[in-house]
Amino acid sequence: MNLPAWLPALHDLPGLPLAGQLINLCAAIMLLLAFAMLAQRRIVTLINLFALQGAVLCLSTAIVALSTGQSHLWGSALLTLLLKVILLPWILHRLVHKLSVKWDVETLFNIPTTMLVGIGLVIIAFNVAQPISEFAGTITRSTIGIALACVMLAFLMMITRSKAVPQVVGFMSMENGLFFAATSATYGMPMVIELGVALDVLVGMVIFGVFFFQIREKFDSLDIRHLEEKTKQE
Amino acid sequence: MNASPDAIETLARQVGAAPPLDAQLGAQLSSQLGTFPAADPAALWLLAAVLLPPFVGGALLGLIGHRRYAAEINIAASLATLLGAGALTLHVINTGPASFFGEQFFVDPLNVFLIALTAFVGFTTSLFSRPYLRAEVARGKLDGGRMRLYHSMFQLFMGAMLTALSTNNLGILWVSMEAATLATVLLVALYRTPASLEAAWKYFILCGVGIAQALFGVILLYFAAERVLGAEGGALLWTHLNAIKSDLEPTVLSLAFIFLLVGYGTKCGFAPLHNWLPDAHAEGPTPVSAVLSGLLLNVALYAVLRCKTLVDGALETHFAGNLMMGFGLFSVVVGAFSLARQKDIKRLFGYSSIEHMGLIGFAFGMGGPAASFAGLLHMTVHSLTKSAIFFAVGHAVQKVGSAAIDDIRGLLRASPMIGWSLALGALAILGMPPFGVFASEFLILTTAIQEHQWAVPILLVSLGVAFAAGLGKVQGMVFGDAVPVLPGVRPATLPVLLHLALALLLGLWIPPELADWYRAAAHLLG
Repeated sequence: MNLPAWLPALHDLPGLPLAGQLINLCAAIMLLLAFAMLAQRRIVTLINLFALQGAVLCLSTAIVALSTGQSHLWGSALLTLLLKVILLPWILHRLVHKLSVKWDVETLFNIPTTMLVGIGLVIIAFNVAQPISEFAGTITRSTIGIALACVMLAFLMMITRSKAVPQVVGFMSMENGLFFAATSATYGMPMVIELGVALDVLVGMVIFGVFFFQIREKFDSLDIRHLEEKTKQE
Repeated sequence: MNASPDAIETLARQVGAAPPLDAQLGAQLSSQLGTFPAADPAALWLLAAVLLPPFVGGALLGLIGHRRYAAEINIAASLATLLGAGALTLHVINTGPASFFGEQFFVDPLNVFLIALTAFVGFTTSLFSRPYLRAEVARGKLDGGRMRLYHSMFQLFMGAMLTALSTNNLGILWVSMEAATLATVLLVALYRTPASLEAAWKYFILCGVGIAQALFGVILLYFAAERVLGAEGGALLWTHLNAIKSDLEPTVLSLAFIFLLVGYGTKCGFAPLHNWLPDAHAEGPTPVSAVLSGLLLNVALYAVLRCKTLVDGALETHFAGNLMMGFGLFSVVVGAFSLARQKDIKRLFGYSSIEHMGLIGFAFGMGGPAASFAGLLHMTVHSLTKSAIFFAVGHAVQKVGSAAIDDIRGLLRASPMIGWSLALGALAILGMPPFGVFASEFLILTTAIQEHQWAVPILLVSLGVAFAAGLGKVQGMVFGDAVPVLPGVRPATLPVLLHLALALLLGLWIPPELADWYRAAAHLLG
C-alpha cells in the first residue's frame, strides 16, 4: 500500500473498523463545514453552520468514546453538545437579533480568492500533520491533519472578515478544531483541562457580548474597519 | 559570573534544585518520581496564602461593589499575597522545592522567584492605583461600576497569573494564561472610549488567536508525552515531562514548540506578533499598563521557558533556543526602531517593553549559566523599572491632562517628584549605569560576544538607537518651562521610589542569596 498516509478514506480501508470509517466521515464533514463557513456571507446561516460543526464534533467524540471505551470522552461530548451546539449559538442568535445585524457579511477579499487560499492551507496542514499521524496509535490518527486544517481555516476566516460577529464565530470554530485535534490525536485531554478551556471560551463569549453592545453604542456598526478609521480621525 | 558548571551544580543542589535524572530510567521513574519531596503542610499553607487572597479579594470586591474602602481592600489583598509569597520564598530557600495537590502545583527556584516578583509589583501597583483612580473618578472618567470592575478584575488577574506561575500542569498553565488575558481585556477597555474599545478588541482577537496556537502546542505535547507516560500518569505535569524528556518524540516536540512559541510569544509581545501591545498599554488605565508590562509579559515568557527546557532537552539540539534568539533579536530591532516614531508617552514605553522582552528572549535563547542568569536579572529589573516608569507616567499624564509627548513639558518644574522619577526611570530603562538594567544588558552583551558574535552589532545598534530616541523624548518632557498643570493630583511616591531604589540596588550589588537563587534557576533552565 503506497498511498500517502493523509488520504484517510482510502488508506487501509479493508482493515478499518466501522467506527474508524464513521470518524473519518465526521472529519470530512467538519472540513466541509469549515469551507462552507469561509464562503458564507449571511450571519444567521454562519451561526447555524457553526452549531452544525459543533454537532458533528460532538457526534465524532461520542463515536470515539463508544468504540474505545474512554469514559471521560462522554463528558467531553456532553460538554461540546451543551456549549458549542446549544448555548453559544443561542447567545449569538440573541445578540444578532438584538443588534439586528442580519445583513450580508462583507469580506475583505472576495470569496473565490479566500477559498483558494483555504485549499492551500489544507495542503499545508496535511503536510504538517503527517509526521504526527505516523506516531499516533489512535484509530482516529488520520484525522489530525483535518483537525489542523479546520483550525487554519477558522484562522483564515478571522483574518478575512471585517465584522465583529464573524470574527467571533471564527474564534469559536477554531476552538472546535482544537478540540477535534485533541480527540483525534490523544483521545482527548484530561477532563480538568477540557473544563477549563470550556470555561474560558464561555467567559470569552460573555465578554464578546458586552463588547458588541459597547462597539454598537459607540460606532452604530459592528464593522471593525469602521472602528479603526474612527480612532485615526481623533 | 562565569562560575564553573561544577560550582553551579553544587549551588543548585544547595538550594535543592532537581538533579538531572538518568534518561534511561524515564518511564519507570515517572510514577515514582523522587525529584520532589512529598508536600509538607507548612509549604501547602504558604501556597494557599499566595493563591487565596487574590481570588477571595476579587470575589469580595466584586460583591460589595465600589465603596469608599474598596481601594484599601484591594491593597490589603495584595499585601496578604505579598506576605504569603515572601514566606513561601523563604520556605523554599530553606527546605527546597515542593509539590502540592497530587503534584498539580509545585514551586522550584525558577517559579518562586517570579511569584515573589509578581506579588511585589502587584502590591505596589495597588498602592499606586488608589490615588490614581481616585483622581480619575474625581474627573468623571470612571464611575462606581467601573471601579468595581477594576478592583475585582485586578485581583482576579493577579490570581490567574500566580496560578499560572505555581502550577505544574501545562494545561492549567494554559487555562490560567487565558483567564489572565480575559481579565486584562476588561481592564484595557475600562474607559470605554472608542480608542480603548479598539485596543481591547485587538488585544482580545490577537491574543485569542495566539493562545489558541499555544493550546494546539499543548495538545501536541500531551500527545508526545502520553506515549511514554500513559494517559493516567500525569502526562501534562512538567516535572514528569522533564524527567523523561529525552524519551519524547523529537519531531512532534519541535512542532509543538513552534506552536507554543508563536502562541505564548504573542502574549510576550515578540515581533511580529506585537501589534496588540502598544495599543493595550496606551489605552488602558496606567496601573494596568504597569502590570501588563511588568508582570503579564514575564508570565508568558515563563511559559515559553518551561516549554523550551523540555524541547531542547528532548531534541538535544539548540532548536528551541535558536528560535527564541531569532524572535528575540527581531523584537529588539522592531522595538528599538519604533521608539523614535512614537507620539504618545505610553506607547513609547510599550515599544520599549517589546525591545526588552526581545532582549530577555534572546538571553534565554543563548542559554547557558551566564546568559540565563542575565535573562533572569533582566526580567527582574525590567519589571521593577518599567512599572516605576508607568507609575510616574500615570501621574504626569494626570497632571498635564494629555498623553501626547508634545504636550508634556517641564515636568521637573511642575512637579519635581514626578519629573525626577520619570527622568531616573527612563535613564534606568535605557541602560545607564549604575541601574540594574545596565548590569544585565552588559552581561547579555558580553555573553553574546563570546558565543554569538554575529548578533552583537545588531544588539549594539538597536540599543544605541533606543537610547537616542528615548533620551530625546524624555528630555523634552522633563526639562523646559512648565506647562499649566491640573490641580488635584497627589502622586503616590512610595511605589516609584521603592522600585527605583531596588533597580539601583540590583545594579550595584546583588545580594548573595539572590545570586544563588538566580544561579539555581539558571541551572534549571540549562
